[in-house]
Amino acid sequence: MLDWLATFTGGGLAAKATAAVTTTGAAVSTAAGTPGMPWWVWPLLLFITTFLLGIVAVLGGVGGSVLFVPIVGSFFPFNLDFVRGAGLLVALAGAVAAGPGLLKLNLANLRLALPVALIASTFSMVGAFIGLALPNNLVQTALGITIVLIALLFIVSKNTEFPQVGGSDKLARFLGIGGTYYERSSGKTVDWSVWRTPQGFLLFIAIGIMAGMFGLGAGWANVPVLNLLMGAPLKVAVGTSKFLLSITDTSAAWVYLNQGAVLPIIAVPSIVGIMLGSFVGVRLLATAKPRAIKYLVIVLLLASGLRSLLKGLGIWN
Amino acid sequence: MAKPQAEILKSPVPKEAPAKAPAALQVEVAPEQLAYANVLLYGAWLGIALLLLTNIIYLTGLVKPYIEPAMLPQYWGMKASEFVQVAHMPTGWSWLKMLGYSDFLNFFGMVLLASLTIIGYLILLPAYLSRKDVPYIFIVLTEVVVLVLAASGILAVGGH
Repeated sequence: MLDWLATFTGGGLAAKATAAVTTTGAAVSTAAGTPGMPWWVWPLLLFITTFLLGIVAVLGGVGGSVLFVPIVGSFFPFNLDFVRGAGLLVALAGAVAAGPGLLKLNLANLRLALPVALIASTFSMVGAFIGLALPNNLVQTALGITIVLIALLFIVSKNTEFPQVGGSDKLARFLGIGGTYYERSSGKTVDWSVWRTPQGFLLFIAIGIMAGMFGLGAGWANVPVLNLLMGAPLKVAVGTSKFLLSITDTSAAWVYLNQGAVLPIIAVPSIVGIMLGSFVGVRLLATAKPRAIKYLVIVLLLASGLRSLLKGLGIWN
Repeated sequence: MAKPQAEILKSPVPKEAPAKAPAALQVEVAPEQLAYANVLLYGAWLGIALLLLTNIIYLTGLVKPYIEPAMLPQYWGMKASEFVQVAHMPTGWSWLKMLGYSDFLNFFGMVLLASLTIIGYLILLPAYLSRKDVPYIFIVLTEVVVLVLAASGILAVGGH
């Protein structure tokens, strides 16, 4: 059943994935310039696009909404409010689906996640109100700048599997943050702790605001803060970050739902497309070339970020 | 002195346990964490199934919609606040009064997904209370208040 995808992932996956995304992009552009286009073409194109994004997101190790919001927000005729509302639900659905496995393996740690989630979810609610109150062009411009910066972060950021931790700080000890997980590669359990907790918590204020304002999952920001700054092992940082999204995005998603900023015709095909794409992506992980996919993600982020920026500035509508 | 966390690797207990034993056997996971995981597991799939089912009902026209799908291109380019005004869309929990229309059935799945965290936190609370874990009792209660406040629709924003 997945033969065509196996061929797809064979040689030059990045080139083929780029071609697929470009072809879909061309179809979207053509449809955008055709006012008489039947209504159902858009949800269908959205489903195809999000399915491809789901594959690329898993292979590239990023959350779906960081690609979804700038790409759909820039190339589809939907208002950015509805795209961000759908983006939050995409991130939320992905996080609640991944959460059980991560919690059962202790890769998502509640003692680390709960304090951070309280900060991020409170401020994501604030961010959601800011995003819905601001004019579209301002949010689109800020989103473009943020996405380009995220692309640059992906280029320069180098996560560490087991960071150096110089002993827990007072706040981490007070909250008892730390834990144990089973490292399958070595067949051993790893004890871990964190430090620089106050600095990390402060950064989650900004992360929360950006998540709510732009409808982004914010895993791209959670992982570096948990891993590089606070010193959580990479697997714990990734697992806790993914679980964290189920809490951070919940408060912002409620704001969008209550303000009428969620259109099921946009949200449902996106959620289903990304989830199906993620399932396929997981099956393709073994044959994928991580470096090529990382470059593809960076190119997609840069292209959609710049498009968003130009659209926001009124240069390319 | 700082040391890599890999240096504090510990052998699994018991030592004779096979290396490929299920990971769940190798580490102790708090029972409330497992309960939370199960809430997410069943809730996520139920929510996604509901989304699919109600969207099929909406798209196939089995139940009359408030806004025909064919009319949506007139609205989806508007800012949310403008859409609410022009299409007389309900805000907050007023959608519950519109359940006779198929478009609002879709909200069941979305609301379920957005409610799972609140349910999960309420499951965590008794465990922290029994341990008298004051910081985490405070964190859990505050988070529930934040999420309920967000869900209530009491807070609103002015549109442009």
